[in-house]
Amino acid sequence: MTTTLPTVVNVGADLLADAVASQAVDVTRVAWQPPMPGTAADLATVAADPLRPAANQRALEATLAVTARLVDVVPAAEALGLQAGEFLHAGPPITWDRASGPLRGALMGGAALEGLVGTPEEAAALFESGSSVSLAPCHSRSAVGPMAGVITPSMWMFVLEDTDTGRRTYCSLNEGLGKVLRYGAYSPDVLNRLSWMSGVLGPLLQRAVRMVRDTTGPIDVTGILTQMLQMGDEAHNRNRAGTLMLMRDLAPAMVTSGMSSADIAEGFRFIGGNDHFFLNLAMPACKLALDAARGIEGSTMIVAMARNGTDFGVQVAGTGDEWFTGPAQLADGLFLGDYGPEDANPDIGDSAITETAGIGGFAMATAPAIVRFVGGSVPDALATTRRMHEITLGENPRWSVPVLEFQGTPTGIDVTKVCRTGILPQINTGMAGRIAGVGQVGAGLVTPPAEIFPKALARLAEVARAR
Amino acid sequence: MRTHVELRSGAYADSVTLLQVSRKVQDIDGILAAQVAMATELNIEVLTEMGFDVPADATANDMVVALRLDDPDALAAALAGVDQALRDVNRRDSGPTELAPPRTTAAALRRAPGGIALVSVPGENAFVEAMDAIEAGSDVMVFSDNVPVQQEVRLKEYAAERGLLVMGPDCGTAIVDGVGLGFANVVAPGPVGIVAASGTGCQQLLALLDHAGVGVAHALGVGGRDLSSDVRGLSTHAAMDRLDRDPAVELVVVISKPPAAEVAAGVREHAGDLDTAVELALLGPGQPDLTAAAERILARLGRPVPDWPSTGTAAAPSGGTLLRGFFVGGTLAAEAKIIATDLLGADAGHTFIDFGDDAYTTGRAHPMIDPTLRLEHLAQAATDPDTAVLLLDVVLGHGAEQDPVALLAPALARIDKPIVVAVVGTQADPQGLERTVEALADAGAEVHLSNAAATRRAVELVEAASR
Repeated sequence: MTTTLPTVVNVGADLLADAVASQAVDVTRVAWQPPMPGTAADLATVAADPLRPAANQRALEATLAVTARLVDVVPAAEALGLQAGEFLHAGPPITWDRASGPLRGALMGGAALEGLVGTPEEAAALFESGSSVSLAPCHSRSAVGPMAGVITPSMWMFVLEDTDTGRRTYCSLNEGLGKVLRYGAYSPDVLNRLSWMSGVLGPLLQRAVRMVRDTTGPIDVTGILTQMLQMGDEAHNRNRAGTLMLMRDLAPAMVTSGMSSADIAEGFRFIGGNDHFFLNLAMPACKLALDAARGIEGSTMIVAMARNGTDFGVQVAGTGDEWFTGPAQLADGLFLGDYGPEDANPDIGDSAITETAGIGGFAMATAPAIVRFVGGSVPDALATTRRMHEITLGENPRWSVPVLEFQGTPTGIDVTKVCRTGILPQINTGMAGRIAGVGQVGAGLVTPPAEIFPKALARLAEVARAR
Repeated sequence: MRTHVELRSGAYADSVTLLQVSRKVQDIDGILAAQVAMATELNIEVLTEMGFDVPADATANDMVVALRLDDPDALAAALAGVDQALRDVNRRDSGPTELAPPRTTAAALRRAPGGIALVSVPGENAFVEAMDAIEAGSDVMVFSDNVPVQQEVRLKEYAAERGLLVMGPDCGTAIVDGVGLGFANVVAPGPVGIVAASGTGCQQLLALLDHAGVGVAHALGVGGRDLSSDVRGLSTHAAMDRLDRDPAVELVVVISKPPAAEVAAGVREHAGDLDTAVELALLGPGQPDLTAAAERILARLGRPVPDWPSTGTAAAPSGGTLLRGFFVGGTLAAEAKIIATDLLGADAGHTFIDFGDDAYTTGRAHPMIDPTLRLEHLAQAATDPDTAVLLLDVVLGHGAEQDPVALLAPALARIDKPIVVAVVGTQADPQGLERTVEALADAGAEVHLSNAAATRRAVELVEAASR
């Protein structure tokens, strides 16, 4: 035993902490509260699972070990083998009849973009009939999509690769803000922009990305994330520094791509004018990291949080590809123009993959510039990031927050810790209009529905008992 | 007369705190009865028995405020009183840090690595917190009772894998490196290392050794079930090894009720393998009492056995035939019963109540903290013509009532029957051993340091009364 006085952590009756403190011993007091209703037995079962500690350590380490590199830009048909009539969407699986306005709008726009119908309005009947079209979550095809997350075969995708394992993830190119397909808008200017992205931006980026890849090596997206988190981006609702760094890295290759100077200039103008362009690299980088933890038996770490505008779903490392879902919530935040809460659709998008990986809302402390945009204050932002450490397995040593003394971002959401503390993951999000075709109406903060965590916990307990 | 019941969802305080609140509220004018409690199954039962109607949708996460008023107009003042009492008990200077307190033991140990965890949350939640400590590489004391035995075994097996110590569950007393945890007396460092499956048994030993001038290096509690055939002495073995490795320890003392035969054999065998001498003090019918054990320990250390002190003289018996023993210490009650039964015969109607037993602590704090129930029984027994002698214990030390004689001495002074009290305390205990003994003697009690001696004296008085 040691010769120095021990320190004590007290959880439970304050009186016992007082008794220790009266002996001039340091006491750290846990502000304990009962767990979410009905979870005590499952929490004990999962805590007793002999696989859990090592499994969680492995899941966290595997996630942190991944370096995502941008290796290619190709159409979804080529990258994912997506066939005509196949539509990917954000969030857990959903059918047309349950799809929300913005998801329907994006699917209708996507159908028109692919030439399956003459106008987006005609597509409603096509999806209602269900013949010759099919819906599947992006996550089921190693992809992620922001907001509605609709991916069709002709859309160009970023391809990210983990050099060590060769695993890949994919994400479409970001269209910008306002009236855009991912927010459910499908007007002609939306479709024209998408056509230009497929015809010009995609090929331009492909040439540039391949040229960089083949000369100086592929761009290290994880490394850019490291830097942007120190430059005021949290990589979900603020991607300004990341976007500029990407452009810096690609610019020489874009200029020498052999495309017309007008197209190159338009490409620069488009990327430079879209502060969220890098989001579509941050998301697949996060997915690539988290996918490394998928399927680790006994792990209680969440590997995906995603919403389809109707349901919020999570997937957990120790429970395979099963989704645990509940109703998507309305975000709390600020609205554009005359829009108000009644215009907003419930939470939508795969972009909560950033929070799942420890950035976005989890790294709010590093992005004070946007706290007002999502309706908060700087102290709130610091408190949020600190609070997220209560429900995560560890910290990311690469992604650090200067204002918190370079503490690593809170990484690896633990289902058991969410159930124990009742602290829900904090997500920064954009808000889509609830009517198909409207587009973005605001941005704010949102949390998952609480009940999905006890559901996931119950399955983890069931699996542990069966072992 | 009217009743008022309200639910406060999301409000939480531990049962000891709420007990203090309930007591304060009861003192408000116009209130006949008040109970502020978390709506656990048990508390709902208590409330229902008190005649309160608890809404069916109440969960353990809701706080119930139940009031019975003799004046309906007093409600507003009463509710204001509840709010004030809740605010008062929660008021604590959080210091210069703006950090929110940790919410789990794991989070607390991340902030204070290497600390000993002290767990006293409700039994169904204790395992999860204790596992946090083991996972973080910390020893843990589990004060909580009602922890399922299979959880105790899992916890102790996991601790054994990691070379850590689990003290408890249902461990009331420990001293680690001189720091008292739970109910612990203040002792000087010394050559004795105690492994105790009994909290108050350990405290009696600490008090007697202190009087004999022998200090204690560590007193490691293991929980009352540790030496059962289910738990197989897992913590006893770990604690023996721990003490064996400490060069300050010259004699290891193991105190326990008689263990399961095969477990006892294992402990004996283990004792033989240690470099340090081991004294097994097994309690129970036909076994030496705690005082005899203390004398054996002193003999093995080559130290003189002092006279065990007594102060004051009990009043002469004035009728009655029965010995009424009212104890706060379980082992002290058991010891008194064994000694008295041996001398007076079984089934003679003498009573030995342990107010720390689950039957008396549901819905209230341990009698070492809250003396109310024992005082009520005492007053009743004092007026019972069958009562010949009253036998009590008073346990001092950290964690126990700050001034146990404040209410007890005046109560005893009003009683004309003979009263014998065992005061279990050390010279340096915060309540003041001398002051306590004198106050009780002044109130007419005869006070012993040895519970066995107090019991024998009480038996003598019973025999005198019946002559």
